[in-house]
Amino acid sequence: MEKFITHDGVAVPLARTNVNTDDIIPARFLKSIRRTGFGKFLFANWRYLEDGHTPNPDFVLNEPGYEDASILVADENFGCGSSREHAPWALREYGFVCIIAPSFADIFYNNCFNSNILPITLASSQVATLLNSLRPGASTLHVDLPSQSVTTAEGHTFHFEIDPFNKNAAMEGLDNIGWSLSHKDEILAYEKARRQEAPWLFP
Amino acid sequence: MPPRTMFEKIWDAHIVRDEPGEVPMLYIDRHLTHEATSPQAFAGLRERNLPVHRPETTIAVIDHNVPTTPGRRLVDVVDEPSVMCIETMEENARDFGVTLLDMNNEDQGIVHVVGPELGLSLPGMTVVCGDSHTSTHGALGIFAVGIGTSEVEHVLATQCLLQRKPKTMNIHIDGVLRPGVTAKDIALAVIGKLGTNVGTHHVIEFSGSAVRSLTIEGRMTLCNMAIEAGARAGMVAPDDVTIEYVRGRRFAPSGELFEQAAEQWKALATDPGARFDAEYHLAVDDLAPQVTWGTNPGMVVDVTGTIPDPAAESDPVARAGIEQALEYMGLEPGQRIQDVEVDTVFIGSCTNSRVEDLRMAAGYVAGRRVAANVRAIVVPGSMSVRRQAEEEGLADIFREAGFEWREAGCSMCIAMNGDRLSAGERCASTSNRNFEGRQGRGGQTHLVSPATAAATAVTGRFADVRAL
Ligand code: SF4
Repeated sequence: MEKFITHDGVAVPLARTNVNTDDIIPARFLKSIRRTGFGKFLFANWRYLEDGHTPNPDFVLNEPGYEDASILVADENFGCGSSREHAPWALREYGFVCIIAPSFADIFYNNCFNSNILPITLASSQVATLLNSLRPGASTLHVDLPSQSVTTAEGHTFHFEIDPFNKNAAMEGLDNIGWSLSHKDEILAYEKARRQEAPWLFP
Repeated sequence: MPPRTMFEKIWDAHIVRDEPGEVPMLYIDRHLTHEATSPQAFAGLRERNLPVHRPETTIAVIDHNVPTTPGRRLVDVVDEPSVMCIETMEENARDFGVTLLDMNNEDQGIVHVVGPELGLSLPGMTVVCGDSHTSTHGALGIFAVGIGTSEVEHVLATQCLLQRKPKTMNIHIDGVLRPGVTAKDIALAVIGKLGTNVGTHHVIEFSGSAVRSLTIEGRMTLCNMAIEAGARAGMVAPDDVTIEYVRGRRFAPSGELFEQAAEQWKALATDPGARFDAEYHLAVDDLAPQVTWGTNPGMVVDVTGTIPDPAAESDPVARAGIEQALEYMGLEPGQRIQDVEVDTVFIGSCTNSRVEDLRMAAGYVAGRRVAANVRAIVVPGSMSVRRQAEEEGLADIFREAGFEWREAGCSMCIAMNGDRLSAGERCASTSNRNFEGRQGRGGQTHLVSPATAAATAVTGRFADVRAL
């Protein structure tokens, strides 16, 4: 995993609630056995016109000034719907390393950490402030994970909460599987005890 | 020990390690996988040179990409990438020693239909699958969660999931449903009233007299939709109905072992006095059949209702949401739901494709014809459901009425396999997501029960089953 300490980048506002993983990447683009190749299908139904490849000028990601966006500012319940990790993979490959929203769907939130994206939860009023103030050409944000803060170009700073385990894993670039396998003896001990208690689980 | 909820009992029994400052390690009893979200996980194991920790408890199913046309073969698969996903699943199952229900296996079906049906999902278990509707299995009193592909890899490698303990919620649903009103209508009404994110960070236990009266299949429909309320999982406590449902299933324990397990299952119910982090109450005596009008499952009204007017909404964000949904759905404020004509009726998906759903639908179809303007398809949830429906004569009823009678798979629920809507095509669907483009780009999905779907197929517009 990559390490996340601080990040400075262009933030783009996506002012819609309940953006679901079918919006982020429609199912017809999931048919790949790799983790890469999804970036070009990010928000495909919104980002391209009917022909499927001409950029839709009305979609915010296509507005001049947001080309290099690396921070997505979104609204309530971002990432609801399916468990497809292809959604954060597509966001990451497009260039987003950080997503800010008032709330995230649970599965999506976990998937972000496994896909090198930092999901940041801010209060609704703070997100509303960001959504209203971001403009093409004037939308850089500074994200600082050690101090758990987001700072705007005007110098406003918002503090965010994050689980210490997730924070540490993101800062160290830790690999969960490696961590869990380091506790393999405990897994085996659990299985041994559980087999006694509930033999029907171990036919 | 203080009184505990059902969820807490199952949680406590599965903790491998829970130290301060860490995320708890939860043991997983059953791992179900499918071809759409597992290839990268198995590839990860190969890179790390790791085996599957317990291949005998890992089961693979091919469901998302399969064609549903009768007599299907690999050449019927919609495109080359889908063939690649299917062949990769076959190769991974073979190489890692995992049982596979392949396209032409007699037990093939949608993963969430097959799991309970074969007795792979049992009360008191923890079950995961790289699929959000894993919540379905909770109907048997299981903590069943959908996970991402990295977590699939984690469970394959360790048989554990790193999982923060969710909060608990109890939704009491009381009353007696009117004839023609179903578990699907309860689910849609719950989401309509409480919202699409009421369950975020929570496990929902559904309780109350209306839930107790549901069959296991109805409870599965309800738990299936828990994810649409944002929940980590949905659950119903095991009772005698649950135990009789499980008895005799192929992978369920038998004899002495079954009796021992059943004793443990009966003890899972939430203790009197146990506290939930949140509680809601809903009465369903007067519940009407529900029809969604918008682009998330919470945008729902009674079948006797009208399309809402965004002008009546004071919150600007909510108003914009309604306007966007109406524009996408091609609907006008004030329009009567029962005046809206449909082009397609889809009966299927892990929400409503079990034999009871098909029986209910067939009841409204028998002796009638599908309306001239409608294409109607029935996609059974599993090949076993399909066989049973054929034996009971349901398939004949559907075919004689003008429905297409398909083979098992996810089909038009997710539109990956070739079954899909075209832009502007309006569909009454028994599936679970009316998201933009879910059933095909530009397709307009209305979620309904199997009863409403069947009645709508014969009338050509949304029908109130109570009047049929
Ligand atoms: S039927 Fe639909 S919701 Fe269910 S597993 Fe298949 S694609 Fe997912």
